[in-house]
Amino acid sequence: MNNNKTNSGALLDVKGLRIEFPTRRGTLTAIDGVSLSLKAGEILGVVGESGAGKSLTGTAITGLLERPGRIAGGEIHFNGQRIDNLPSEAMRKLRGKQIGSIFQDPLTSLNPLFSVGRQLIETIRTHTDLTPRQARARAIEMLTQVGIPAPEQRIDQYPHQFSGGMRQRVVIALALCVNPKLVIADEPTTALDVSVQAQIIDLLKTLCREHGSAVMLVTHDMGVIAETCDRVAVMYAGRLVEIGPVQEVVKHARHPYTRGLMGSIPKLGEEVEHLVQIDGAMPRLSHIPQGCAFNPRCPYATARCREEKPEFANVGQGEVACWLWDGVDPATDPDRLFSNVTLAQRARQQADGVGSAPKKSMQACEQEV
Amino acid sequence: MMNANVAQGRMATATDEAAAEPILRVRNLKRHFDVSPPWLNRVLERKPRQFLRAVDGIDFEIKKGETFGLVGESGCGKSTAARLAVGLYAPSSGSIEFEGVDIGPLSRKQMAPLRSRMQMIFQDPYASFNPRWRVSKIIAEPIRVFGLLKTAAEVDARVAELLTQVGLMPVDGDKYPHEFSGGQRQRISIARALASNPDFIVCDEPTSALDVSVQAQILNLMRDLQRQYRLTYMFISHDLAVVFHISDRVGVMYLGAMVEQAPSAELLRNPRHPYTRMLLDAIPDLDMSGRARTPVSGEVPSPISPPSGCTFHPRCPHANARCTSERPATIATDGGGQVACHAVEEGRI
Repeated sequence: MNNNKTNSGALLDVKGLRIEFPTRRGTLTAIDGVSLSLKAGEILGVVGESGAGKSLTGTAITGLLERPGRIAGGEIHFNGQRIDNLPSEAMRKLRGKQIGSIFQDPLTSLNPLFSVGRQLIETIRTHTDLTPRQARARAIEMLTQVGIPAPEQRIDQYPHQFSGGMRQRVVIALALCVNPKLVIADEPTTALDVSVQAQIIDLLKTLCREHGSAVMLVTHDMGVIAETCDRVAVMYAGRLVEIGPVQEVVKHARHPYTRGLMGSIPKLGEEVEHLVQIDGAMPRLSHIPQGCAFNPRCPYATARCREEKPEFANVGQGEVACWLWDGVDPATDPDRLFSNVTLAQRARQQADGVGSAPKKSMQACEQEV
Repeated sequence: MMNANVAQGRMATATDEAAAEPILRVRNLKRHFDVSPPWLNRVLERKPRQFLRAVDGIDFEIKKGETFGLVGESGCGKSTAARLAVGLYAPSSGSIEFEGVDIGPLSRKQMAPLRSRMQMIFQDPYASFNPRWRVSKIIAEPIRVFGLLKTAAEVDARVAELLTQVGLMPVDGDKYPHEFSGGQRQRISIARALASNPDFIVCDEPTSALDVSVQAQILNLMRDLQRQYRLTYMFISHDLAVVFHISDRVGVMYLGAMVEQAPSAELLRNPRHPYTRMLLDAIPDLDMSGRARTPVSGEVPSPISPPSGCTFHPRCPHANARCTSERPATIATDGGGQVACHAVEEGRI
């Protein structure tokens, strides 16, 4: 999909990415036709429930996909160069220098046997031609930037001597020390306390702005996305369902799944008896339904959704893969569209003699809106 | 803590007026863990004894049918407080009254009839199941242990009923825990908690490991069950939005102390303690209102050697000399809450 679209100005351009896992019981398609692009300096959020393929997309971009997983289709272009088929040695040079990674658990991405400084200096010297002395100075500078107090002393300490928040700061320093053009941050704050979480997000945002790095922020926390990102991509069962500017996606979501996801988050200061609930669970990779993957859980699903897979279409300032938007003026206010659809469905149900189900579904909440 | 007891007395009269009986009343509860070096090291190296004050003098009460939420960062003593409330830990000092009976000094035998009335739901349901037991056996365990039903047929019928109640199917009872997703496992652990017809359920981070959409399902289920059976919950989470959604009253803990508690709407609208304000500020803003955020500074100090005076003073923007030396007493606030802060007491903030 969107293969003919040109993204000449894009730093990262993923086209129709497809990742498969061959298993004894057949091939599982973990990522199915994901296309997205990132401009230099932009922060793109990737959200979805566990198992939606968020992290896998990030892994594929950094070229760290582990066997038996394989890229079965699509292309990844970085800075105008195709990188999904690079030999591992060339990819290794690119990784670190051009593409930095931050992972969820800072303790597993640091080597417990080496001091923090040694790990920073090693990274800096691998990718630049600084002398050991200069590299150490640079490492101390990075630690200062990420807000570690007394960096001259802390640099010779080991990861276990740092607290969780401080370790994540070290990992950020490690990812940014050679000024990469792109940073893939995979759930960087999930293991941290709320108060520390805010510090880390602020830090990541400021540093990337200063260094001009683009960020792909993978998380399941919509709050973090709303606060940090320029654009958001929403994933479901290995497919992209919606992508667009953060304001639009968070406030006026165009895909029923995104609407449900947003509604299911408890909001401060808003007293409701029940939260919006998407019934059921995400399908297993071996049992992805035909047509739109979300159709069994979607209150708006029609016969077409159960048969045909929706294509990405431009709607408003974003893109959405949903049949509801087929043939609808792309400028329609999503809130109006959904309430119209709900009313039409109600009318049809009454005509059929089927009473509206007394279940607190997404539609009921749509009515309240 | 003397003043705290006075405040507690004032608080008690306030609830008597509201005419609702508290199911759980906790007074000046402490739990200290001995983390001293081994005896030989103490003798040879002159190392002192050390205590970790996980819970250091907290007071609260939970009315019947209400949800009491407990928030705080990791290591603040939330989970220890939860375990104390159901009698899984013995208190170091202070009292825990369940319907007027102090459960602290009770023997195992005396505690037994009370145990069936309190249950617990944990963060990781999988770790709390025996992986080699079928789900029906897991759910039937409390029924068997407390001898609630006589015949196997009655037990089977009850297990099927419980499974249906939590949104699973009676046939799911024949499966093993690993066959279920995270959300379904949490449903099983709720069914197990309900099996002994409890009045009081302590939920320790029940949704923290779940996705938001599944979390919404579980929170809705818990609320429905509460309405149906008039359950009382003590709900612990580090996610403030979740706690405020589910709770009637919220307590904020910091380093083993209850720094503030109030009805949830009041606490949200009018947070008094600087720590509560800080926590509320730290929540990412979903509305993107461009609200100015106070940057949160610092991290939780070690509970083995907590700061002197008010334990929050190293991170507090309003701290002065008194805060560093004197531990603040708990005072009652206008909105029906309690707060322990010198700055609030003196009217500085």
